Amino acid sequence: MFFNYIGGIFKGIKTLLTGMKVTSSYFFRPSKIVTQKYPENRKELKMFDSFKGEVILTHNENNEHKCTGCGICEINCPNGSIEIVSMFITTEDGKKKKAIDKHIYHLGMCTFCALCVKTCPSNALDFGKDFEQAVFDRARLTKILNKEGSKLMKGVE
Amino acid sequence: MPFDIYDLSTFTHWIDTSLRAGMSPFWAVFTEFVLVGVVFLAFYAVVGLFLVYAERRICAFMQCRLGPNRVGPGGIFQTIADLIKLLFKELIYIKNADKILFNIAPFIVIIASFLALAAIPFGKGLQAMDFNIGIFYVVAVSSIGVIGILLAGWSSNSKYSLIGALRSGAQIISYELSVGLSLIVIVILAGTMQLSEIVEMQRDGWFIFTGHLPAVIAFIIFMIASTAEINRGPFDLAEAESELTAGFHTEYSGIKFAFFFLAEYMNMFIVASIAATVFWGGWMPLHIGSWEGFNHAMDFIPPFIWYLGKTAVIIYLIMLFKWTFPRLRIDQLLTLEWKYLLPVNLFNVLLMAFIVLKGWHF
Repeated sequence: MFFNYIGGIFKGIKTLLTGMKVTSSYFFRPSKIVTQKYPENRKELKMFDSFKGEVILTHNENNEHKCTGCGICEINCPNGSIEIVSMFITTEDGKKKKAIDKHIYHLGMCTFCALCVKTCPSNALDFGKDFEQAVFDRARLTKILNKEGSKLMKGVE
Repeated sequence: MPFDIYDLSTFTHWIDTSLRAGMSPFWAVFTEFVLVGVVFLAFYAVVGLFLVYAERRICAFMQCRLGPNRVGPGGIFQTIADLIKLLFKELIYIKNADKILFNIAPFIVIIASFLALAAIPFGKGLQAMDFNIGIFYVVAVSSIGVIGILLAGWSSNSKYSLIGALRSGAQIISYELSVGLSLIVIVILAGTMQLSEIVEMQRDGWFIFTGHLPAVIAFIIFMIASTAEINRGPFDLAEAESELTAGFHTEYSGIKFAFFFLAEYMNMFIVASIAATVFWGGWMPLHIGSWEGFNHAMDFIPPFIWYLGKTAVIIYLIMLFKWTFPRLRIDQLLTLEWKYLLPVNLFNVLLMAFIVLKGWHF
C-alpha cells in the first residue's frame, strides 16, 4: 500500500517528464516547423499531389484532350457545376460522330468532391494545383475547360 | 564586493535625500509613491505584453508552428496591435448583471497582482517595499485575486462564469496550502521571511543546492501548486475553454477582458519571480564554494539580468506545463492536492526541520 503510493508518485513524475521532453525537443529544434510563409514563398510553393485546386481538362502538347463528350461527369456532378455542350462532327471516313463543343465548368458551385474526375471513363479530367481563384466578377468563375481549337486525342473513343 | 557597482540603493537614497531637501516630508513620500507607481505601471504593461507574445511564440514552436510573425520584426508588436484592438472594442453591458461588482472585479484581480509585485526584489536595493514578513505578504496578497475571479463569475449572471469561478475558488483554497507549506520549508532553512535577507543568504549557494533533498521537493511542489494557483493549464479548469467557453470572464469584453488577460500573465511573472527569489537566489549571481575566479566572473553580470534570466527560465517551465499536459478533471485536481502534495509537503517540512536542527545543510 505505502510502496504503491510512493511508486505511483515516481511513475507519475516519470511520465510527466517524458511529455515535457517531447515538447521541449520541438521547442529547441525549430527546423521541424511545418508552417509556411505563404505570400513570400509563392514562387517556390509546390502543392502536394492530392491537392484539389480546380477541375481541369488535361491537354497534351498538340492541344489534344481525351474528352469524348459522353456527359457522364455532367450527370454525376451533385451541384450541377458542369455543363457539356456537344456537337456532331463528320470524321474522315464520312461517319457522323459526337464530340465536345464546350466543357463548361462553374467553379463557384464546385465543392471539389472529385466525382467527375473519378468517374470519367477516359481519364480526361484532373485537378489543377492553382488555388488562387479569387476574382472580382462572378462571371469569371465560369470557365470553358477545352482550349480553343483543341481536338480529341487519337485512339480515345 | 565587485557587484556593489551595481548596487542601486545609493541611487535610490540619492533620490530620497534630494526630494526631502526640496519639499516637506509628506510631499517627498508622496512623490516617491507616484514615481514608484509610474515605474511599476510601465513595467507591468511592458512585461505583460511581452509575456503574451512570448507565450504565443513558445507554444507555436512546441506545436511545430511559427506563431505571430507579421507585425513588426518577428511579430514583436503583435500584442500591441491586439491591445489597440481591445481598447477600441465595445464594453458590452450584461442584462441583469450586478453592475457594480461586474465593473469592480477586473480591478481587484489586477490590483492583487500589483500589490504582490511591490515586495519582489529585482536587484540589490531595487525593491519597492522590503517587509520583514515578505513571503507571508506575497502569499496573502496574491490570493486576493481569487476574490476578483469569484466576483466576476458571480456578477456576470451566467452559468458558465459561475461554474468557472467556483472551480477557481475550490482550486485556490486547496493549492494555497501547498504553496504556503513549500515556502515554509525555505523559511525554516533561511530563518527569515524577509525577501532581501533570503536573497542575501544565498550568496554562497542557492537554496535549491544547499537545502539538500527537501529544497528540491519543495521547489517541485511549489511549481505544481503555483501553476494551479494562477489558473494556468493543466489546472485551467476555471476558464476551460472547451467546456466553459472562457469560465469566469466569458461575459467580459474589450479592455475589461484585457485586464483579466494581463493579470493572468503578470501572476505568472510574479510566481516565477518568487520561485526564482526563494529557490534560485533571486538577483544573486551563481557562486560555487571556493571558486574565486568563477565567482568574480559571475559577479560582473548585473543582478537585474540574473533575476530576469532565472525568472525567464521558470516562466518557460510554466509554459511548458501548459502546452504539454492535458487538463485535469476537478476530482483529479483535488486528489492531487489532498492525497499527494499535502502529505508529501508535511513530511518535507518535518525533514527540513530535522536537517536544520542537525545542522546538515551547507
